[in-house]
Amino acid sequence: MNDTNLNLWIIPVLPLVGAAINGLFGRRFKNGMVSAVALLFTAASFAYAVWAAIQGTHLGLPHNEALPFPWIVAGNFNAPFGFYLDQLSTVMVLVVTGVGFLIHVYSVGYMAHEGGFYRFFSYLNLFMFFMLTLVLANNYLLMFVGWEGVGLASYLLIGFFFLKDSAADAGKKAFIVNRIGDFGFLLGMFLLIGKFNSLNFDAVFNGLKGVSPEVGWGVLTATALLLMVGATGKSAQVPLYVWLPDAMEGPTPVSALIHAATMVTAGIYMIARSSPIFSRAPHALEIVAFIGCLTAIFAATMGMAQTDIKRVLAYSTVSQLGYMFMACGVAAYSAGIFHLMTHAFFKALLFLGAGSVIHALGGEQDMRRMGGLRTRIPVTFWVMTVATFTIAGFPPLSGFFSKDEILWRAYLNNPVLWLVGVITALLTSFYMFRLWFMTFFGDLRLGEVDIGEDAHKAHAPVQSQHSAAAHGHGDDHGHGGVHESPWIMLAPLVILAILSIVGGWVGIPEALGGSSHFEHFLAPALVTPETLGAVQQAAEGSTELVFAGISVAAALTGFLFAWLLYYKRPELPDRITARIHGIYTMVAHKYYVDEGYSLLLIKPLLALSKYVFWRGVDQQIIDGTVNGAASASRGIGNGLRQMQSGNIRSYAAWVAAGGVAVIAYMIWWGVGR
Amino acid sequence: MVPLSWYLVLSAILFCLGVSAFLLKRNIITIFMAIELMLNGVNLSFVAFANHWHQLSGQVFVFFVMVVAAAEAAVGLAIIIAVFRTRETLNVDRVNLLKL
Amino acid sequence: MLHQVLFIFFGLICVAGAVNLLVQRHPINSALSLVVVMGALSLIYLLLGAEFVAAVQVIVYAGAVMVLFVFVIMLLNAGAEERTRGSRIALWMGGPAVAVLAGLIVYMMFKNQQQFNSVSIGNFVSSPADNTHAVANLLFKDFLLPFEITSVLILIAIMGAVVLARRES
Repeated sequence: MNDTNLNLWIIPVLPLVGAAINGLFGRRFKNGMVSAVALLFTAASFAYAVWAAIQGTHLGLPHNEALPFPWIVAGNFNAPFGFYLDQLSTVMVLVVTGVGFLIHVYSVGYMAHEGGFYRFFSYLNLFMFFMLTLVLANNYLLMFVGWEGVGLASYLLIGFFFLKDSAADAGKKAFIVNRIGDFGFLLGMFLLIGKFNSLNFDAVFNGLKGVSPEVGWGVLTATALLLMVGATGKSAQVPLYVWLPDAMEGPTPVSALIHAATMVTAGIYMIARSSPIFSRAPHALEIVAFIGCLTAIFAATMGMAQTDIKRVLAYSTVSQLGYMFMACGVAAYSAGIFHLMTHAFFKALLFLGAGSVIHALGGEQDMRRMGGLRTRIPVTFWVMTVATFTIAGFPPLSGFFSKDEILWRAYLNNPVLWLVGVITALLTSFYMFRLWFMTFFGDLRLGEVDIGEDAHKAHAPVQSQHSAAAHGHGDDHGHGGVHESPWIMLAPLVILAILSIVGGWVGIPEALGGSSHFEHFLAPALVTPETLGAVQQAAEGSTELVFAGISVAAALTGFLFAWLLYYKRPELPDRITARIHGIYTMVAHKYYVDEGYSLLLIKPLLALSKYVFWRGVDQQIIDGTVNGAASASRGIGNGLRQMQSGNIRSYAAWVAAGGVAVIAYMIWWGVGR
Repeated sequence: MVPLSWYLVLSAILFCLGVSAFLLKRNIITIFMAIELMLNGVNLSFVAFANHWHQLSGQVFVFFVMVVAAAEAAVGLAIIIAVFRTRETLNVDRVNLLKL
Repeated sequence: MLHQVLFIFFGLICVAGAVNLLVQRHPINSALSLVVVMGALSLIYLLLGAEFVAAVQVIVYAGAVMVLFVFVIMLLNAGAEERTRGSRIALWMGGPAVAVLAGLIVYMMFKNQQQFNSVSIGNFVSSPADNTHAVANLLFKDFLLPFEITSVLILIAIMGAVVLARRES
């Protein structure tokens, strides 16, 4: 711990200033001005983060600082505006600001012809602010502020084309499903307050020192499970993953930044940050691993049947998040964070590359109408190739090292997890290469294939400004035909491709000749069962090599299948799906999960709202009370009105009676003295 | 010697009779006369106490009461005349245009 | 002894006049009985040594106010009262009100009985002529302001009566 003030608050606040400027004044700016503001503040944030990381490392991590004015002080409970820089948050901050900056640059080109340009960048900067608050917070409450804030930014950005019903609905769905997870998070925080009287990381984690892992189902397990529910919502695990595929309604840079590289990884970060709690709750860890494993394979199966290029990537994201969850579940937190980092690189690259493809085709997103783009958009082709090989897990690209680390640690914990993980890796490789072959090889099928009304849903409204893509001509750039994206879009792709290649080299395990640099770097920030005294699973280096080989073999198998079905003999897929029509339809309809939720949860809730709360409580009870008060006063008035009869003698009588009453009172009062 | 209470009893009787007439009679002029009767009863009480306590202010007050009663009678009767012109009746029960 | 006889005599006349006012149907009869009451009251004032007040009672009350009443009765040609259905409230509220009032007064009198001793007949200032003298002294020195105000009041009453009773022409 050191005492110099690094002013970490500047890192989140800079994008906030950019968001404010663009939000308040951007309507009057030209596109260039808006971009300049947004890029400047994001780049400044990145530069400051780098400087702070270097300074922090020199001075000694972890570094905890708080703003001088208080936030919440309520009795014993104190929540400060505090920021915490340790190895874990350093990695997260650099990933968020770095990849975020690259995506900002890309968006300048991608969104150049969109309405609401300033609004997009304002929201994007707002998102950066919240995400940075989330990763830099030194207490759960401030982290929760960032957590909710990124949910808000996600809603705003998914529904960016708010005039389109499906986009607005998707935004709402994302926010609402996230809220369900957030409820779990809140309950977990309440348990923490109950036990530690504070939500500050150092208070909670120091309070846990000396506590041995729970044997059964106790308070720590409950807390960990509730926090996990929150992570399930944010990181799109089963059963709260349903929002992420629909979130593809947003513009492609949004998908890249929020739904691939940063926001969805917030759950993983939160679990890694809470490693002192999770490592002491073995049952919770088991459940986390199970859910991660299930999500990984479940989403991979669905990804195989999708035809929209962005949807394939969305399910791929869910699946990879499942891997990260599983890594945390086997207490290999550093492996999970490592995969988080490499995934940020290659998934952002995949999405941005897909955006480049969509842009080149003037709005087409359905892979059945793509093909033969290898020669037409070569730069995009090469970066997408790098990304696809990375995600499939071919060495020496980054994806191989991070995924292999997870699979190895999973095996040490439970071989079943490893087996499912390997099968998922095979499926991942298959559907990613399916995407690769369908998009870039063969003949361009634009305009040939009649796909019926599915095509309508695939078009995002950015492309609706271009004329119908089915005829393959005309976007309003003025040059017809398939064309490469401008350099402002290609440069970030190239940088991300380089990062995808070299990014894994910081984490090469010893068995393969490296020094596990990444794992050792992160170790001081994480608490694993081993550090608590559990027995380290012994394994030999040669075993690890064997398993690495199995992973590569799985990747190759997937590649071969994809090559067979989508390059060599492209008529085979239709025959196969005709054979297994029932299963195929179910998978293609995403196992009818959305329909199930609608039937079981949404319809009863709407009925409850309508019949019980609206008709019953609101109309009868509340309106009845208010109207009843009014009619009661009217009734009393009606009764009192009878005194005004217009009859003089009765008035006289009342006067006499009143006078007598006054006299009587005065006598009584006087006599009493 | 007459005890003071006899005078007060007389005053009370006059006053109560005045209130009863005020409530029971139907002719507006008679009601006014009942008011005058009440005032007279009160005057008697004032004068009796003035004698009892040997203070002349009671009698001065009677003087003022009479002045006010006279003024009130004048104005009241003028109102009665005005009402009679429009309503053609002196019966109090008939002057009930404010009735619902 | 004489005092008591005189008092009872004139008191009975008062009460009889008041009851007659209540009982009579024609307003002119009620007016004339009220004149009788006022006259009897004036004599009782004399018994109480208030000569000036007695004189004023006869001159102003019996001589001016009651004459005004009689004039109005004649002017409006008020006939005998008809029996109309009045208000029940007057009976049901008024009756008890009067009873309560009477009861209260009786109660007050009996409570303070020991404080009342006798009233002396006649004057209590030094000589008969001094009653007017003394009243005038009070009226024009201590009570000058109310006196002047009442004169203004009379003026207003006159104007009001003239305006109200004027025929619209």
